[in-house]
Amino acid sequence: MNNKDIELLEESFKKFYFDHFNLIHVPQNPNQREFGFQKFNSGMSRHISLKTDKELHLLLMQKIPSDVYCSNACYSFPNLPMNEKDWKNAELIFDIDAKDLDVKNRNKHSCIKCAECNEVTSLQQSCPKCNSNKISKITLTCKDCITAAKDQVKRLNQILIDDFAVDPNSIQVFFSGNEGFHIYVNNSDYQEVGAKERAEIVDYVMFRGIIPETFGFKKFNSGKTELPKFDESGWRGRLAKTLYGSKSKRPEISKKIISSGHTAFQKKLETLKDQIGIRVDPNVTVDIHRIFRLPGSLNSKSGLTKILVNDIDKFDPYVDACFIDSENIEVIANCPIQFSLKNKTFGPYKQAKISIPKYAAVYMICKGVANCT
Amino acid sequence: MLNLGTDEIVKYPFLAEAGKYLSDKGFSLEQFGTDPDLKKIVNMAFERIKIASEGKIYSSDVSQNDSSLPMEVFSFLIAVILLKLTGMHTLIRRFSLAEARRSERFLEKDLSNYKDKTKEQLALKIMDDLFSIKIQKQEDDFIISISNYLKHSINFHEREWKLINRKIGNGSVFLTSHETVRLVRKEIDLYISSKINSANTPEMIQGFQEYVNRLKTLAKKFEVKIIESTEYPPCIKRAIEVLEKGENLPHSGRFMLATFLLAKGQMVEQIAPLFKNAPDYNEKVTLYQLNHLSGKSSTTQYACPSCEKLKSQDLCFAIPECDNIINPIQFGRKRV
Repeated sequence: MNNKDIELLEESFKKFYFDHFNLIHVPQNPNQREFGFQKFNSGMSRHISLKTDKELHLLLMQKIPSDVYCSNACYSFPNLPMNEKDWKNAELIFDIDAKDLDVKNRNKHSCIKCAECNEVTSLQQSCPKCNSNKISKITLTCKDCITAAKDQVKRLNQILIDDFAVDPNSIQVFFSGNEGFHIYVNNSDYQEVGAKERAEIVDYVMFRGIIPETFGFKKFNSGKTELPKFDESGWRGRLAKTLYGSKSKRPEISKKIISSGHTAFQKKLETLKDQIGIRVDPNVTVDIHRIFRLPGSLNSKSGLTKILVNDIDKFDPYVDACFIDSENIEVIANCPIQFSLKNKTFGPYKQAKISIPKYAAVYMICKGVANCT
Repeated sequence: MLNLGTDEIVKYPFLAEAGKYLSDKGFSLEQFGTDPDLKKIVNMAFERIKIASEGKIYSSDVSQNDSSLPMEVFSFLIAVILLKLTGMHTLIRRFSLAEARRSERFLEKDLSNYKDKTKEQLALKIMDDLFSIKIQKQEDDFIISISNYLKHSINFHEREWKLINRKIGNGSVFLTSHETVRLVRKEIDLYISSKINSANTPEMIQGFQEYVNRLKTLAKKFEVKIIESTEYPPCIKRAIEVLEKGENLPHSGRFMLATFLLAKGQMVEQIAPLFKNAPDYNEKVTLYQLNHLSGKSSTTQYACPSCEKLKSQDLCFAIPECDNIINPIQFGRKRV
């Protein structure tokens, strides 16, 4: 990213923040939170304490950060070094990202950029220009990816409500600002549990570490095995629905599974993991000292906003989270893939000097597929 | 505090206030060393420690006649005195675990005592007062909130204790009485060992020396020597391979590799070149991060993550030689 690009992004980000103070607030108990931010092409500043919306807005105007973060944890002393902060509790959080979902056709809206020579080209193992394998993958807007991520969010929420007795009103879903969702569980029993306990919760929602015995499979006396019934709670019921499809098929399929043996069933459970487990990023949930993207702030990977999602089915991130203005500006675009924002389609461009709305220009610069003229 | 009857103190002697209990019954410690009639109790105490050291559980017949009841409590209290005088931690550890397992049997029985509700209530109260576990009984199930369950179950490494392998519904975990009690074994163990460790060590009591000497000899049996191979565990080998190929190793993998090598005594300067092939390699950042992890530029020296954590990060590639270790740094370590 060159200086002109940074200038444009900073100007656009500053304008967004100035115009949308109503979207960006300090969370509950702000004086117990750790804040952090990054500037374009710069490192992370963290261990910052902000007490009011005013202090936060002042920071946004003065520093013009590329990304703003806030801890989901509360501390007695949020601005001291980590081991002196005195951790009190932390909201349970989950991160669902389309990149982890193996969405079919995902490669069709992905390209690569070489870290050595900056060449942007269609998806391949190494740079066709300089042969370097130091390449980064770039993925542009895709409705299928968002639909897949939404499906994960809905299934996760159901597990949280049914299995973990979380009050649906305590769950907040945010679009991450790039291609995923952040789920917060507020005011729950789980706020005080530590990292190890959260790892167990993650394994539970991801359907990891399961053993056949959990579903009644007897290793040494398979004749006595009784697999779960359709209407049972938790994973037993969900697995039953996946395995049998319908109640009437239970006896037949159950018999088949039992006769195939313990090892075969263990393998079957392993393969089902990706299908029925929720594919969250385990590191995010387990990290109780994380600073997590602040709701209402811009994501420098895209220029889109991390925004609260009220109706997940109707939510369209490429419209509802795109707040940069529409004034036309000129950029040189090198973007081999088409993408859509605010219901308009852009690209593909091959080293083309184009005049496009600022929100699309910012998106491409953030993605690394355009530069200012 | 719990109000305990005599038979409860027999089952859970660690709940008794040692000094007070003895004086209430009209005894002093010195009497146990000199009175031939009380020698039987010191012998019992010695046996109690010996049995525990062998990994077995001292069996008590709590239904015996009343006169036997104080014997059970006394032998526990004298065992604690002998352990303090011996000062061997290995014996204290073995003793408190065996006593925890002994009391588990009674707790389990009391929890499912349908005939005597007061026993059930007391067991539930012990679980709540001592180990902060609130249990609700619903027919044959013992119900614990998930958050409460997790606080205790994370002490276990067996897969059946993982939350995913538990019957769950509406924020609760459903357990049998056996599982409920097993859940707090470590806490009972810790409770007993901390009570022993914090007790005052008396001056040597006349008549106890012989027992103490025998216990010291006994403890020597448990001294272990550890030999360690220099081979890396599969998770570390895999991480090094990924880096050698110039592929991206996730942050968690880099953390594992660095903390592992630091724990094995390697210097930051030796470790840094490993990351040279990473697609986003930056020498300055790498050195900064390694110095941070090593505790050189921070106040914390970071430890290598547990196998359990690595499993959840998809970084575990266990092989039979891993042999149920719980941290990669234990790989290749053998007790002789």
